[in-house]
Amino acid sequence: MRYIQEYRDADAVRRVLDEIHRITTRPWVLMEICGGQTHSIIRYGIDQLLPDQIELVHGPGCPVCVTPLELIDMAIAIASRPDVIFTSFGDMLRVPGSKKDLLQVKAEGGDVRVVYSPLDCLKIAKENTDREIVFFGVGFETTAPANAMAIYQAHRQGIGNFSMLVSHVRVPPAIEALLSSPQNRVQAFLTAGHVCTVMGYWEYEPLAERFGVPMVVTGFEPLDIVRGILMAVRQLEDGRAEVENAYPRVVTREGNTQAQALIKQVFTDCDRKWRGIGPIPNSGWCLRPEYAEYDAALKFDVGDLEVTESPLCKAGLVLQGRLKPDECPAFGKECTPRHPLGAPMVSSEGACAAYYQFGRYSK
Amino acid sequence: MAQDKSETEGFSAEGWTCPLPLRDYPAIVMAHGGGGKLSADLVRHLFLPLFANPALDALDDQAVIEIDGARLAISTDSFTVSPLFFPGGDIGSLAVHGTVNDVAMAGARPLYITAGFILEEGLAMDALGRIATSMAESCRRAGVQMITGDTKVVDRGHGDGVYINTTGIGIVPDGVHIAANRAKPGDVVIVSGEIGLHGITILAAREGLGFEADLESDTAPLNGLVAAMLEVTREIHCLRDPTRGGLASTLNELAASSGVGIEIDEAAVPVPPAVAAACEMLGLDPFYVANEGKLVAILPEEHAEAVLERMRSHPLGRKAAIIGRVVEEHPRVVVAKTGIGGRRVVDMLVGEQLPRIC
Repeated sequence: MRYIQEYRDADAVRRVLDEIHRITTRPWVLMEICGGQTHSIIRYGIDQLLPDQIELVHGPGCPVCVTPLELIDMAIAIASRPDVIFTSFGDMLRVPGSKKDLLQVKAEGGDVRVVYSPLDCLKIAKENTDREIVFFGVGFETTAPANAMAIYQAHRQGIGNFSMLVSHVRVPPAIEALLSSPQNRVQAFLTAGHVCTVMGYWEYEPLAERFGVPMVVTGFEPLDIVRGILMAVRQLEDGRAEVENAYPRVVTREGNTQAQALIKQVFTDCDRKWRGIGPIPNSGWCLRPEYAEYDAALKFDVGDLEVTESPLCKAGLVLQGRLKPDECPAFGKECTPRHPLGAPMVSSEGACAAYYQFGRYSK
Repeated sequence: MAQDKSETEGFSAEGWTCPLPLRDYPAIVMAHGGGGKLSADLVRHLFLPLFANPALDALDDQAVIEIDGARLAISTDSFTVSPLFFPGGDIGSLAVHGTVNDVAMAGARPLYITAGFILEEGLAMDALGRIATSMAESCRRAGVQMITGDTKVVDRGHGDGVYINTTGIGIVPDGVHIAANRAKPGDVVIVSGEIGLHGITILAAREGLGFEADLESDTAPLNGLVAAMLEVTREIHCLRDPTRGGLASTLNELAASSGVGIEIDEAAVPVPPAVAAACEMLGLDPFYVANEGKLVAILPEEHAEAVLERMRSHPLGRKAAIIGRVVEEHPRVVVAKTGIGGRRVVDMLVGEQLPRIC
């Protein structure tokens, strides 16, 4: 646990927090982009240790939360087929579709399996040549290299019974959409450290300049997060709007160029719908035409799906930082972690689930 | 079909409507057996109303009943584990220790145990031999006698090799009154050692994650440790072994049963480096990972140091630690002081603990 424990050191965190308290002179609204950061903030109670003037708004960087309902329903339809072994990262299994989730598909006899890497699917495919292996390829830029590698390897090894239901999204177009909204309240961003590990942070420079908003590349341990907040607040107090790197032990400006090359080889830009937010042009990646045979959405005809989002769920406003989870009329009533209407109530990374727990405590 | 059958057997299903919290799930999902909220719902809303009686309603891990002046603790548990053999144990040792421990958590001295085997057609005789031998060894270690049993065989493909149900019986000594509803504000919370070993060992062995070498299940009979603690004082309020659902679920159950709050100091909870590293990689929280040889004790502060000292001199309690205390504030809620001085709610798991994407 070396190189992790050091970033959870109470004294080091306290010193940075003291500095934040010292330099903060007025209210600021910061958004942490990534669900992993939200998780850390709630997990360590960082938000309670900040000055009252600093408001953290939880961003849309949670793949569980923004994967569109259509795709969840399509995943459920494909996973229900007897000839399919459906594989996924663990926390997608509990995301509610229109009628059920993937765990229920499993309970009804579907072969749904949790994998830790998409490359595990290739092994399953080789061991089950009479079945179709489908991987739910969700996530941001972070999971894209491994997913691209699985497609690339399947192609190279001539594995024909593997395909991927791809729902990749990218952070910069989402930030642009948020900042372009007339209702935007966010004054600075903590960008997602893992995403920038892959992609670097040069993409954010034109955004910071165009919108005059500071952006700080931020990691996930408590010390990383308070450092990111400190650098963002300092920029706000100084009236600067630059891209800064508070996660230099991992992230470079260029990022991982080999991973980027692999992503480019397998994926191409496309429009994507974000659950709760709506369509954002050029905000995602799809498989290139030469890899179309690995596209599960083309391989399986699931017919017309009737997609119905709960009319009570205001997840979109929450994900844009325009509504606090506990201001949603369904919060804690129709919508609870055990019976989530929207994805942010599902995982501990979701803002609604986090608020639900803390609300329970304050009562 | 199911309804027809039950009617012909004289049990009327008429009038039974699925209670509200169960209606979200038209079919059983894995989390109904996961020891978290859904398991609790199943018990509370289906089984409890049908079978209500004082011993059952106490909702402890064992029932305590009185027969002719003797107080008996009885517990039953079924064991399904894949793989059947894992570093540190196997399904046989687990089945004996699990039930012995549930009986011991009433402060009882476990005496007898029974076993029911459900075997899958095709199970290697050698494997069954090793499991039975391991059970015999575990019985000796725990000082209990196997007094009756049963064997059934199911078709190939209808079981993971072998399932085992065990039931244990023990005697509760005079003056010992341990129950989940007895925690009082001011009491101290002790855990008997490092958490998360069993769950992570099983996960690593099952998934081939590559860090198995550092890990071994903690499966062990805890009746000796409990007896040693009771020698120091009989005034122990609660005892529970945090198996599936882990430390977090156990603390929540105790807080809920006693109607008190529990505050723990995260830094004081012993988590072995290998478990911490594995959880870090997989996005799991060690507080929710299963243990098979640990106990949580809640007792008055004045006895805490003496009991802790006695625990640390026992082989199964060497790393015992005070991890927190019972409070009047936030009843039924467990709050952890985080390493950096923040606070968080440690809730029950809603479903199974699932690895996170990022």
